[in-house]
Amino acid sequence: MADIQLERVRKMFGKVLAVADVSLHIKEGEFMVLLGPSGCGKTTLLRCLAGLERVDGGQVIIGGDDVTDHPPGKRGIGMVFQSYAVFPHMTVFDNIAFGLQMQRVSSAEIQRRVGEGAELLQIQQLLARYPAQLSGGQRQRVAVARAIVMRPRVLLMDEPLSNLDALLRLQMRGELKRLHHEVRSTTVYVTHDQVEALSLGDRIAVMKDGTIVQLDIPDRVYDLPATRFVGSFIGSPPMNFLEGTIRSSNGARALETAGVRLEFHGVPARGRDAVLIGIRPEHIAVERVAVAGGIPAGAIPAAVVVVEPIGPQKLLTVQVGPSTLKVTTPVDFAVDQGQRVWLRFDPSRIRLMDPQTGDAIAS
Amino acid sequence: MTVAEQRLEQTLPPVRRQAVDWLPYVLLLPTVVFLAVFFVYPMLQAFVLSFRSPEGAITLRYFQAMLKDTYFAGALRNSFLLTAIIIPLQVVLALVIALLINTRFQGHPWFLFICAIPLGISDLGAGLIWSSFFTERGYLNLILQNLGLINEPITFLSFERPAWLYGAIVATEVWRATAIVMVILVAGLQLIPKDYFETADVFGASSWRKLRYVTLPLLRPALQTALIIRTILAFQLFATVIVMAGRIVPVLAGEAYFQYGLLRNVNIASAYAVLIMTLSMTITIFYLWLLRTKEEELGRG
Repeated sequence: MADIQLERVRKMFGKVLAVADVSLHIKEGEFMVLLGPSGCGKTTLLRCLAGLERVDGGQVIIGGDDVTDHPPGKRGIGMVFQSYAVFPHMTVFDNIAFGLQMQRVSSAEIQRRVGEGAELLQIQQLLARYPAQLSGGQRQRVAVARAIVMRPRVLLMDEPLSNLDALLRLQMRGELKRLHHEVRSTTVYVTHDQVEALSLGDRIAVMKDGTIVQLDIPDRVYDLPATRFVGSFIGSPPMNFLEGTIRSSNGARALETAGVRLEFHGVPARGRDAVLIGIRPEHIAVERVAVAGGIPAGAIPAAVVVVEPIGPQKLLTVQVGPSTLKVTTPVDFAVDQGQRVWLRFDPSRIRLMDPQTGDAIAS
Repeated sequence: MTVAEQRLEQTLPPVRRQAVDWLPYVLLLPTVVFLAVFFVYPMLQAFVLSFRSPEGAITLRYFQAMLKDTYFAGALRNSFLLTAIIIPLQVVLALVIALLINTRFQGHPWFLFICAIPLGISDLGAGLIWSSFFTERGYLNLILQNLGLINEPITFLSFERPAWLYGAIVATEVWRATAIVMVILVAGLQLIPKDYFETADVFGASSWRKLRYVTLPLLRPALQTALIIRTILAFQLFATVIVMAGRIVPVLAGEAYFQYGLLRNVNIASAYAVLIMTLSMTITIFYLWLLRTKEEELGRG
């Protein structure tokens, strides 16, 4: 086990900057998730860390050793590939033993460690089989076992669950979490699946265009996105964004949207007047106004465009002025398309962004 | 017919004959006709000619005549020996070139192109090119003379120097036919997903062990194809040998040719042909067995 220090790591592919001077410190025993859309540089960063790509600048330091110029095999890493890369011509036993054999570990030790690894991944009964006789999930376990028996200082995983079907992915996700708690090796995990990132990561590094846009624990990445991009990438449905204005009246500054003054206490003391209001669907309360009710104070009028029952909740698409928002309601909330509803934002959950840069405004 | 039966009759849909899709068969037809006319028919003819006496009885007399022929033992020995020398050389050389190309070094497409040039040269042409290299006034003598290593030109390709004859034939064949093996292996290497090689790198396999435990096993299907094609062709080796050594180095295919063309012994020529075919088939089966993929590996075990 070891910590990892990436210092201004840069990788170019021709003229394209795939990883732009990324610095990242991963603590010993930490489960770090690199999250981002395809092409954001997360896999390239992982491959630089593994030594499968030669960096064009910066340093890779594992456990205090500068391994920037070391080949992959000399970095003390174990890796699980997206395709599993389980050798088709070897039995499960030989596959798991592969790394140990390459390192010339004694055969008694190999026997012992493969047994341990197989037990950890619950594939003891499959040791004599060939990969073609296994299901996708079982192959995945073989690939993980092969990496773990090496007792690597660092365990790297490149989208290990993306080739599995939804149910199996859910199951393996839990397994990986359990495994991390048992083995406690420093892990770097690449994924484009935000749910995986939120459920597995001790910390998440959200990447875009070769840089890390936010590095934080899952709760804060979800609740306090650093940029509009992070808010719209994480969460399903993602964070809503609508235009807002800060108006001064009687010396106090207040937040308004769609002509409605919002109850919100985090208005910055100075700065621009036009802002972007970010709010997650589950933090918007939806109300139907009673027949004789009139307009509720502080609520935003909206028109229901689409109603989607999604099991535990109803997902509504509503129109507020020029903006389209997604909101969730309890399943028993009776509402029809075209109906008028009133939205109430949870003031503690509102996140203001700069409409030009998309960066969060400190409140 | 009871009422129930009548009702059953009405409820069951009429049995429709499945329409046969003829297209695949039509598309296969030209190949089948070609193979039948130019391969199967001559092959059967060779069998008939080698086993049937003029009276129409089955006989082994032509095979006996072949066995007693002065050149037979030498031809058999040479065909085996040349195959045994040439094929391993070609496979190793082709593998080295293919692995080199697969590293995708700068300019590798040109290197591949140059290595593949001999593919376009006929065996007779290759034989002429190389024999011109070894003749009394050939390049080899010229080079040696210019270097001052010899005073008089040496006749390399003569019955007095069987080792040189052999060497010249081997050199020509390796030069001429390594390309086909190389092309098959390059194609085979490109079919192997790079994740396997990267896995080997990550787990610290040395280059040699990566070749031994990862590349070669995964290259098995391509190696099998290359070996079969090359071995069959090696037993048909003929034109290069004739150009270089005439009948000083007799080979099986050459004897079939001499028996047929020179001596008009159609039946003995056919006996040679049948022998070549039998040997080729036996060796093919041996390769298939040697490099077989286990049923379990295919997921059927």
